[in-house]
Amino acid sequence: MRENLLSRTAAMLVMAVCTVYFLVPVWWLFVGATKSSEQFTGTGALWFADFRLFDNIGDLLAYRDGVFLRWMANSLAYTCGAALLGTLLAAMCGYALAKYRFRGREVLFNVVLSGVLVPATALALPLFLMFSKIDATNTFWAVFLPSLVNPFGVYLARVYASSSVPDELLEAARIDGSGEVRTFFKVSTKLMFPALVTIFLFHFVAVWNNFLLPLIMLSNERLFPVTLGLFTWNTQVNQLPQLRGLVIVGSLLSITPLVVAFLLLQRFWRSGLGAGAVK
Amino acid sequence: MRTTLRALSATLVCALSLTACSSGSGGDAGPAAGPASACAPSSAGPVTLTFTTWIPKIEEVVAAWNAKNPNIQVKVQTGPNGNGGTYQNFFNQLKAGNAPDLGQIEYDALPGFRVQDGLFNLGACDIVAKAKDQFIPWTWGQVTLGDASGVYGVPQDSGPMALFYRADLFEKNGIPVPKTWDEYAAAAEKVRAAGGYITNFSQSDINQFAGFAWQAGGRWFSNDGQQWTVNLTDDKTKKVADYWQNLISKKLVSTVPPWTTEWDNAYNSGQAWTWISAVWGANSIASGAPKTTGKWRVAEMPQWSAGEKSAGNWGGSSTAVFKSSKHPYEAAQFALWLNTSEEALGLLNEKANLYPATTAGTSLPALAKGVAFYGDQKIYETFATAATQVAPDFTWGPTMTATYTNASDGFKAAVSGKGTLTDALTAAQASTIKTLKSQAIPVKE
Repeated sequence: MRENLLSRTAAMLVMAVCTVYFLVPVWWLFVGATKSSEQFTGTGALWFADFRLFDNIGDLLAYRDGVFLRWMANSLAYTCGAALLGTLLAAMCGYALAKYRFRGREVLFNVVLSGVLVPATALALPLFLMFSKIDATNTFWAVFLPSLVNPFGVYLARVYASSSVPDELLEAARIDGSGEVRTFFKVSTKLMFPALVTIFLFHFVAVWNNFLLPLIMLSNERLFPVTLGLFTWNTQVNQLPQLRGLVIVGSLLSITPLVVAFLLLQRFWRSGLGAGAVK
Repeated sequence: MRTTLRALSATLVCALSLTACSSGSGGDAGPAAGPASACAPSSAGPVTLTFTTWIPKIEEVVAAWNAKNPNIQVKVQTGPNGNGGTYQNFFNQLKAGNAPDLGQIEYDALPGFRVQDGLFNLGACDIVAKAKDQFIPWTWGQVTLGDASGVYGVPQDSGPMALFYRADLFEKNGIPVPKTWDEYAAAAEKVRAAGGYITNFSQSDINQFAGFAWQAGGRWFSNDGQQWTVNLTDDKTKKVADYWQNLISKKLVSTVPPWTTEWDNAYNSGQAWTWISAVWGANSIASGAPKTTGKWRVAEMPQWSAGEKSAGNWGGSSTAVFKSSKHPYEAAQFALWLNTSEEALGLLNEKANLYPATTAGTSLPALAKGVAFYGDQKIYETFATAATQVAPDFTWGPTMTATYTNASDGFKAAVSGKGTLTDALTAAQASTIKTLKSQAIPVKE
């Protein structure tokens, strides 16, 4: 009993330290976002001075006719669009690899798997040169289309489909006269739903955080995602010091969609991680 | 099916990028590529130019041009600052053939683009050649590469350096404001005794150190038309390095990382008493150290021997026209308006704190006023004087980003007690030569 208590305390302690370690930067960001620029350097970094969060947000939204809102909207469009469509594609692809027998299936699957190993960063420049050939750089599609691809999602979908969609059920659907596409949407996706949410989340985070591709592709400010926009401002701080405050408030606002997505969908996230780990 | 596509596209990508690379280096990439193509007005019809720059709010300046020039419309594109990604984007775009017509390029990055043969020689445009006398001579020197006919950008802004100091603290402690570097070192001892640091030595702003070396007469690079000579450790630069090393070793300067809140705080709390910085630094202190309003003044940079009149420069950029532009003449017209007209210079100064590179620009009405943060001192008069004291013959190398990184690594080690600034420069010298060689740029050993 004593030992049990001791090890539990130790575990709690480790967890507590980790929690503090991970939350302090977020806390810093939140506190920083509530201060005026004078108080930002003049007062302690981890506690509040005058609470000006809403004034700061007002300044941010007013700066340059609200270009920040435009960036947020862009980010949501790139991310939600790519994550939804990408999840659908990954699900179909993984499902096909799991449930249909055809020549070259394993080869195909291995090629996809090796795609997991290629970092998105390494593909950015080649993609830029390809899009240049068809004169499509500096457009919405230059960032959107490459973001649809998600080899890890295909892998997860295949693993999950083969374990959660019984062949007998598909057989039964076929006998009842359901076409393959209909079966996929009416039966299989329902069964694969937890995996789909996980894939969506992974994809969402990956696209939201993809910085290099928009950096290389875009030079029209109206198309920037919020990450690139804030980075751009941050490099201009030497010239226009008041931008620093905007960058801090902007960073706080820009992480809120991620936090919300996580809080709403975290149970799927957990179960999906488990599924990926055991298979 | 999508996976096949993916595999296919990966193969395609490899093939494409290979051809793109080889076709890039196959053409007329030599630095001596003969006379520039003609700089004549485009045939009739309106022209649209693209201009990539990271100057905040420049759209509002360009709008003034667009309103008056319906036949030459300029579209602003933006991105992070040069070393933050825009230079790499320019190189990528030059390779892919979709570079903008005009781009902002800092003086220290111009030779890099010149070596890659990415720039249009504006010396071929009579309007540009004629504008030479409007610019402060050394800024013109910064955009003139090779011989005098090679003008690869229109100077935009400049960063003449001066001494920012806490007048109140110097006075209270009876320390005279240093006029020479010897006096500055002597003052450093007294400031330390009074509980402060005379300044913060920046471990990563190598361009600030370059400004010190520039003032002292150090010349880091030269190019005789055939090959580059790298000389980061000439006698004058060594003198500067030894000087600062001495202050660091005696712990008379603080060494917090620059551009952080910690650094702001050193100035805000009165721990750091001076900063030798460029004209744009005036806003950095004002915003970083708001508690010290009214206590700062600006004086000329300390001199190496009494009575000398010499200043350094830190920063500044130019507006360059890329070689791929189909309308170089119109682009040059716009670049000249942007950087010489009183209207544009006034707007640039008001919106983005740019300090002009023209002689007339340094007497803009906005620059003749007293500044409240500096006790209503007319600080820009000091900078206008400094701007005339910068030597015109300082040349940057073609791979400054790499040089900065290397030197900065060594500087960081030096401030934490490992090695000296001179060691850092010696190492940066060797690695710069290596970088030049690896890019097949001829360099003298």
